[in-house]
Amino acid sequence: MVKDQEFLEKKASYCLGLAKKLGATESSVVVNNSVSETVNFRNKKLDESNRSDDLGISITTYIGKKKSSISSSNLLDDNLNILIEKCVETTKNTPEDEFNSLPDKDLLAKEFKDLNLYDDTHIENDQKIDYLKKLESAASNDKKIVNTESSFTQNKSNFILANSRGFCAGYKTSSFTASSVTVAKDEKSMERDYEYSSKCFLRDLDDAEELGKQAADQTIRKLSPKKIGSEKIAIIFDKRIAKGVLSTFASSISSSAISRGTSFLKDKVNQKIFSDTINVLDKPDILKGLGSRNFDSEGVKTDTLKLVDQGILKHYLIDTYNGKKLNLKSNGRCGGTSNLYFENGNISFKDLLNSKSKSLYITETIGHGSNIVTGDYSVGATGFLVENGEFKYPINEITIAGNFIDMFKNITLANDLEFKYATNSPTMMIEGMVVAGK
Amino acid sequence: MSNFFEKSDLSRSEAENIISDTLQKCDDGELYLENSKSESILLDDNKIKNSSYNSDLGFGFRAISDEVVAYSHSNEISKNSLKQSSENLKSTLKSVKGTYNHEIPKSNKKYYENINPIEQKSLNEKIKILNEVNNYLRSKDDNIKQVTANFLGEQKSVEIIRSGGETLTDVRPLIRFNVSVMLEKNGRKETGVYGVGGRQSYDSYLKDDNWKSVCDEALRIASVNLESKPAPAGEMKVVLGPGWPAILIHEAVGHGLEGDFNRKKTSAFHNLMGQKVASEGVTIVDDGTIDNRRGSLTIDDEGTPTEKTVLIENGILKNFMQDRLNARLMKTKSTGSGRRENYRHIVLPRMRNTMMLSGNQTQDEMIKAVDKGIFAVSFGGGQVDITSGKFVFNCTEAYEIVNGKIGSPIKGATLIGDGPSILKEVSMVGNDMMMDPGIGTCGKAGQGVPVGVAQPSILINKMTVGGTKL
Repeated sequence: MVKDQEFLEKKASYCLGLAKKLGATESSVVVNNSVSETVNFRNKKLDESNRSDDLGISITTYIGKKKSSISSSNLLDDNLNILIEKCVETTKNTPEDEFNSLPDKDLLAKEFKDLNLYDDTHIENDQKIDYLKKLESAASNDKKIVNTESSFTQNKSNFILANSRGFCAGYKTSSFTASSVTVAKDEKSMERDYEYSSKCFLRDLDDAEELGKQAADQTIRKLSPKKIGSEKIAIIFDKRIAKGVLSTFASSISSSAISRGTSFLKDKVNQKIFSDTINVLDKPDILKGLGSRNFDSEGVKTDTLKLVDQGILKHYLIDTYNGKKLNLKSNGRCGGTSNLYFENGNISFKDLLNSKSKSLYITETIGHGSNIVTGDYSVGATGFLVENGEFKYPINEITIAGNFIDMFKNITLANDLEFKYATNSPTMMIEGMVVAGK
Repeated sequence: MSNFFEKSDLSRSEAENIISDTLQKCDDGELYLENSKSESILLDDNKIKNSSYNSDLGFGFRAISDEVVAYSHSNEISKNSLKQSSENLKSTLKSVKGTYNHEIPKSNKKYYENINPIEQKSLNEKIKILNEVNNYLRSKDDNIKQVTANFLGEQKSVEIIRSGGETLTDVRPLIRFNVSVMLEKNGRKETGVYGVGGRQSYDSYLKDDNWKSVCDEALRIASVNLESKPAPAGEMKVVLGPGWPAILIHEAVGHGLEGDFNRKKTSAFHNLMGQKVASEGVTIVDDGTIDNRRGSLTIDDEGTPTEKTVLIENGILKNFMQDRLNARLMKTKSTGSGRRENYRHIVLPRMRNTMMLSGNQTQDEMIKAVDKGIFAVSFGGGQVDITSGKFVFNCTEAYEIVNGKIGSPIKGATLIGDGPSILKEVSMVGNDMMMDPGIGTCGKAGQGVPVGVAQPSILINKMTVGGTKL
């Protein structure tokens, strides 16, 4: 079972005490434990079981404006003694940085809402196997499906964050994740696709058969793809790809990219970067939310932020170090966003498909083609040609390219937002992108 | 070498008993112990931003029966913890009736020295070099707006204990030195990145002010990109430079030739063994035995000595890369390709140093043979969908070719191609094979492992370039 709060707190306070004794003027520590149990199936048979029990500790010590950190998976006191001594020694030898500091005391979280992030239910491997049997049986109904792989993971985690300014808090979280990957084949091609569900509470997990069927349907419809010519065309991003555009936006407004001057959105606060209809929220207090939290990885309280209001950028994502550098207060985003999403647009998914006589519906992108310094975007893509609101045929071996500065201004959103991941977007259309194909 | 049982209530002989007891009647399996120490020192924005040290200790216990793998890992090397793992494995593999395969090849060869690179250079010396890098670059070009430089060093000790007590060990050093530069001119920003590394001491890569040439290269790439214009969109001829662009080989065919995807028949190559998959003159090997290279290993993570595996010989598909599990199920031998990121992960067949060997043409001949196309010199990352065979990679330095001459630099663009057919489109193979500088990390199933690549210049008849200029 995952270690309790008392064990983690004891380790944390031992480290803070020792760091102080060895000469650290300030320090912070995170102790965590995560226990996962996974069962994998392949072609309706058990393929793998995996149990992991991970302990970890990371300590940062300060001597004035000097800072250094260590981390380890070995929590025995002997080892911690050696490591903390090494950490303090390294701190002494590391040059000062005027912005190094723990968070200001008044910014640290003091209230801790119960966000409903822990389900005590334990699902035995045999029950996981029953779920996966149902899933794979539904996934392999169609003869075109030639391979199925599926997986069920239960994770229980616990952590404590403590610092020498008196902060000490942490909580348990749980997640239950099921996924299905299927391969379909016909004379001309072999294709792969997937479906996935992850929830804090076991009872909220998607139905096994539904999940398997969805994965299979999404794979079969990709068979016998064509390559199309190069042209300028409207691109519709499936929700699972659209959320990636939002993640790139979040990276581009991180205070570290802004303070280093390496983001195309530097100095764009209070400027219009999206069209009027676009709002972006980061809401940390959604019950059972996959990104929910009371405080960030430095202990700073995390409130809801409307990052983009009617197309205008309102905030960066600020941590303590970069906040001090930019002369801004931390808004509790050390470690990134919480539950980040685009608010719904005004039109239905169907109307979005219908809004152009011809468009491309993208279900998968590959490659690391987002450059947040220049805003340039170019990735490999797979999807469907859409004509007059109908899926005509699958396409692949194309790339789509543009620049985020223009892409952001040309986004239209459907009204089909759902909270499936920590970062979520409704279906998204972007006009004016370039497709490279034949 | 780490003594994993020194501070534990578990003795080596007790561990051996638990291992043998758990694995009897299994087909294969082992206890994998790992102790790694790593450091990261980062200079960014004119300051030492980070100096951190990590020490990681743990075990992974694996039992295999037929096709089923049971795995359990923990950070606590103790009697209790190993017994719990054993129970966990037994409960997954309820009724096993296999015969444990004790056979494992032996070799005395070592491809790197038993050193700890972290301790071979003091923190102060490392900080001094990083500051010199910063000053050197910023004094070279007024347009430099950002310099990032870092040292990453690691020593990983592994021990593999098999049923019956057979023990295999390895100590693996690894370092990397990286420099990234951002230039800004007339409101436009571009970056250049370069690095070096491998399984030797920092000084082997930095001696005689060699760090200056790493800086110069990063600055050169950034300067070229500052002058770049939009890349073309569509199908055209592509000349790839030697060295690091071989990640094309890694993505396009390497992953598709890993044993697991072929046993499961999910790779586009699974039914092509012995067939022609590349142009004549194309030979590709995956070699774990090159001294001190980033992708080299004395033994893999199952204890098998690595080797030089011929994947494609003169255009014909010859071998897949195998770990023990996939080799057994495909009735062949492990090629010493069983790897894992660390003790938290199961073993998978992976690449080591993947290389296309030299032919006899020159890069000049290739450029002259292109009317309209691009010349790609350096890449960022790549990715492949092994089922459809489609792969991509991102150019970080490329030029247009017009009428047999190299023209202006073009902006970073993604190139996309089809793995099983791309090597048939190779029409010239250069005589200038080069290894990459030692910077590659390959990701598969959430596990990153260090790898190397090499190739000569090659001419590809047809690839799709993902630019914005129609």
